[in-house]
Amino acid sequence: MSTPPWVALAGCPNTGKTTLFNALTGRRARVGNYPGITVERVFAEALTPGGPVTVVDVPGAYSLAARSADEQVAVSALLGLAGNPRPALTVVVLDATRLERNLYFALQVIELGSPVILAVNMMDAARSEGVQLDLDAMSAALGVPVVGVSARQGEGIDALRAEVARVLAEPAAPPPWTWTPGPALEADLAALAPAAAAMGEGLSPGATRALALWALLSIDSSDELTDVPAGLRLQVLARLKAAREAGRDVDAEGVTARYTWIDAQMGAWIRRSPVPRSWTDRLDAVLLHPVAGFVLFLGIMVVVFQALFAWSEPLIGLVEKAIGLAGSGVQAVVPAGIFADFLTDAVVGGVGNVLVFVPQIALLFVFISLMEDTGYMSRIAFLMDRIMNRVGLHGRAFVPMMSAYACAVPAVMATRTMERRRDRYLTMMVLPLTTCSARLPVYTLLIAALVPATVIFGVSAKSLVMVGLYLFGTITALLAAAVIGRTVLKGERVPLLMELPPYRRPSARSVGRRVARRSWLFIRDAGAFIFVCTAILWALLYFPRSNAEVEALERAHAAVQAPTAEQKAAFALEIEGAQKRGSIAGRIGHVMEPALEPFGQDWQVGVGLLGAFAAREVFVSTMGLIFGMGRDVDAESAPLRARLQSEKRPDGKPRYTPLSALALMIFLALACQCMSTLAAVKRETGGYKWPVFMFTYMTTLAWVCAVGVYQAGRLLGYG
Amino acid sequence: MNAIDIPLDRLPPQQRAVICAVDGERTFRRRLMEFGFVPGAEVTLRTTSPVGDPLDVVLRGARVSLRRREAASIGVRLLGP
Repeated sequence: MSTPPWVALAGCPNTGKTTLFNALTGRRARVGNYPGITVERVFAEALTPGGPVTVVDVPGAYSLAARSADEQVAVSALLGLAGNPRPALTVVVLDATRLERNLYFALQVIELGSPVILAVNMMDAARSEGVQLDLDAMSAALGVPVVGVSARQGEGIDALRAEVARVLAEPAAPPPWTWTPGPALEADLAALAPAAAAMGEGLSPGATRALALWALLSIDSSDELTDVPAGLRLQVLARLKAAREAGRDVDAEGVTARYTWIDAQMGAWIRRSPVPRSWTDRLDAVLLHPVAGFVLFLGIMVVVFQALFAWSEPLIGLVEKAIGLAGSGVQAVVPAGIFADFLTDAVVGGVGNVLVFVPQIALLFVFISLMEDTGYMSRIAFLMDRIMNRVGLHGRAFVPMMSAYACAVPAVMATRTMERRRDRYLTMMVLPLTTCSARLPVYTLLIAALVPATVIFGVSAKSLVMVGLYLFGTITALLAAAVIGRTVLKGERVPLLMELPPYRRPSARSVGRRVARRSWLFIRDAGAFIFVCTAILWALLYFPRSNAEVEALERAHAAVQAPTAEQKAAFALEIEGAQKRGSIAGRIGHVMEPALEPFGQDWQVGVGLLGAFAAREVFVSTMGLIFGMGRDVDAESAPLRARLQSEKRPDGKPRYTPLSALALMIFLALACQCMSTLAAVKRETGGYKWPVFMFTYMTTLAWVCAVGVYQAGRLLGYG
Repeated sequence: MNAIDIPLDRLPPQQRAVICAVDGERTFRRRLMEFGFVPGAEVTLRTTSPVGDPLDVVLRGARVSLRRREAASIGVRLLGP
C-alpha cells in the first residue's frame, strides 16, 4: 500500500487548530522535530472516506513571512522545502468569530498554489455571539472550499473529512491571487521567481511566485533564515535597495493589498448583530482590574504553587512507594551481590529518578493548559509584561519562574508557552537559580546544625538565613536574566505583539491530552539521560568494594566474639562508611578538595556534592553514608547534625562553622547541582550546548560567590 | 504625519481612530502591518495594563496588545463619535 498523503493543518494562534487536529486524528499523535530545527512537529493519521491521510500540525503564525529559522518552519512545511514532505493539501483553520484577523494568513496560504480547504472553526461561538457567516459566498470569493466546523463539539468534522477526500481525489486548479501586484512589484516577482524556484524541487509556478514575494518580505541584511539560496538572497537585497531608491515601500505593497481586498469583501459574508457586553469584556473588567486583577492573579499563582508543592506530594509518595516495592521485589528474587545492588540502586533507582518528576510536570501542565485554553495566559503576559521586561524576560516567563520554586524540571518544560526561542532559552537559563524545594532539606540540615540560634530583632538567625537564601536566589536569577539577555542571548529587542483572545471554556479532553503528551515526552527524551547519570553516580559510590580501611574494620569486627544484632548493624554501617570514603567518589572528593578548601569545605562535602547531582536532597543521605550512618538519615537527623558540629580539622578547630555553612549554602543556591534539570534543558533545546553553558556559568558563579563570602568572612574575623 | 495625527499611544481611551501611518524598524513594521495595523484600519484604545504598559487595543474585531514604545510608531487620526 502506498503511504498516505500528507495534509498540513495550518492557522493563526488561538484558532483552535490543535483541538481540530485532535478531533481529526484521534489520540495517536507522534511528536518529533522539524528537520534541522528543534521546533516540535506533531503528526498523526486521520481517516477520510477516501482512505487514511497523515495530518501534520504546522506551528501557528499570523503570517508566513519569517525572520528566524523558527518562523520559517511554516512556509517550509507547507511547500515541502528543507527536507519536509510536500503536503498534498493544506487545511487552514480560521476562527469564525475573528475572521478578519485570520484571513490574511489564509490568503497567503492560498497564494502558494497548492490545494487548500478553509476550516472555519468555532461556528458555535460565532452563533452565540451573533455572527452570521455566508460560507458559500466566502468560498466563491476566495476560490477554495470552505467548511464550517466546531472542533470542540465535533461538529462538521465529518464534512471536513469528506472534503479532504474529495479535494485529494480531484484537486482543482489553484485560484488566481485575489489581488494584483502593481507593475513594479510584479517586475520584482518575475525577476526573483527563477532564484526562488531553487528553494525546493519541482515547485509549481504559483508556488515560485508566492515564494518570491515571501523572500522579498522576509529577507533583509540581518535575518536569521536558513536554507535560502545565496543567489536569491543577493537578488532580493538588490531589489530592495532599488525599490528604496525609487521611493517604493515594498512591505506596504505586499501587505496592504491583501487587507484592502479583505476589507472590501468581508461585508458580503458577515452579518454581526449587535451583542450586549460580551463575557470576555465582563471577565476582563475584573481580571485586568488594577487591584482585583492582581489579587486574583496572585491567588491563581498561589494555587498553582500549592499544587506543585503540596498536592504533588501524595503522588510523588506513590511513585516512591512503587519504586521501593520494585526494589525489594528485585532483592527478593535476585541473589544478593553486585548485580542485585545494581538492579535495585541503579536501574530501579534510575527509573524512579525519572518518574518522580512526572506528578509535578503533569500538575503544572494541567494549570498551564487550562490557562492557555481559556485565554488567561495572554492576560498574564499583559499584566506582567512591564515587570518581567525590566530584566529582559517575557511576560509569560512568570509562570515557569514561579514554578521553579517547587522544581526546575517542570519549570523548564513550562517555558514552552513562549513562542520565541530566545525568550524560552533565557528563562530556562536562569530559572534553576531560584530556590527549588529539593534545596530545602539541605538548607534545613546545615542551618539547624551550624547556624547559631541567635535572635536578631525578635527573629531567629536561622529563619533569617532561610529567608535570605530565598531572596538571594530570586535576585540572582533576575540579575542573571538581565546579564545573559544582554550578552550570550543578546538578540534584537523584540516588540510585544499579542492577541488577547476571547475567553473560552477549556475542554477536559484537550487538557488531558496535553498533560499526557508533556509527561510522556519528558520520560522519553529526558529519561535516558537521568537514568544513565543515576547509574554512573551509583557506580562512583559503589566501587571499589573494598579498601585498606574496610579490610582493617573487617579484621577488627571479626575479632569480636558473638556480636549482638545491634553490633552487627553498627559494623555494617561502619564498613559501608569506610567503603564510601574509599570509593571512586571519595577519591574524586579528595581531588576536588583544593577547589572546595577556598570556601571552607573538605572532601567529604565534595562527595556529598557529587551525590547531590542525582538530586539536591541526596546531599543529606550521601553525607549520612560518608559518616557511616547509613543512607536513611534526613535533615532532622540528630546524629548527623551532631557529627557536622563535632567534625574537627587536623588542627583541632571545628571543621564546619557557621561561616563555612553559609558559604556552602551559597554554593548550593547557585550551582547547577541537578542532572534532571540539565536533562530537561537538553530535551527542550535539542542538544548539549545549552545544558553545558548552564552548568558552567552557574557552577562558576556559585564558586566565585561562595569563595568571596567565605574569604571576606574570614578577613572580618568570622569562622 | 500631519498636525491632527497623533501616535497611537497618546490616543485617549475609548476614542475611535483610523490608522494613517505605520513607521519603525522594517521587520517590526512589517509584523504590525501583517497583524492588521494598515493605514485605513480602525483602532480603539481599550485600556492599558494596570501597570501602565502594554496597551490593549481593539483592531479588526479583536483585542491586540502592544507596548507604548511600538504604538508610538503608529500614527492615527481621530474619528468623530
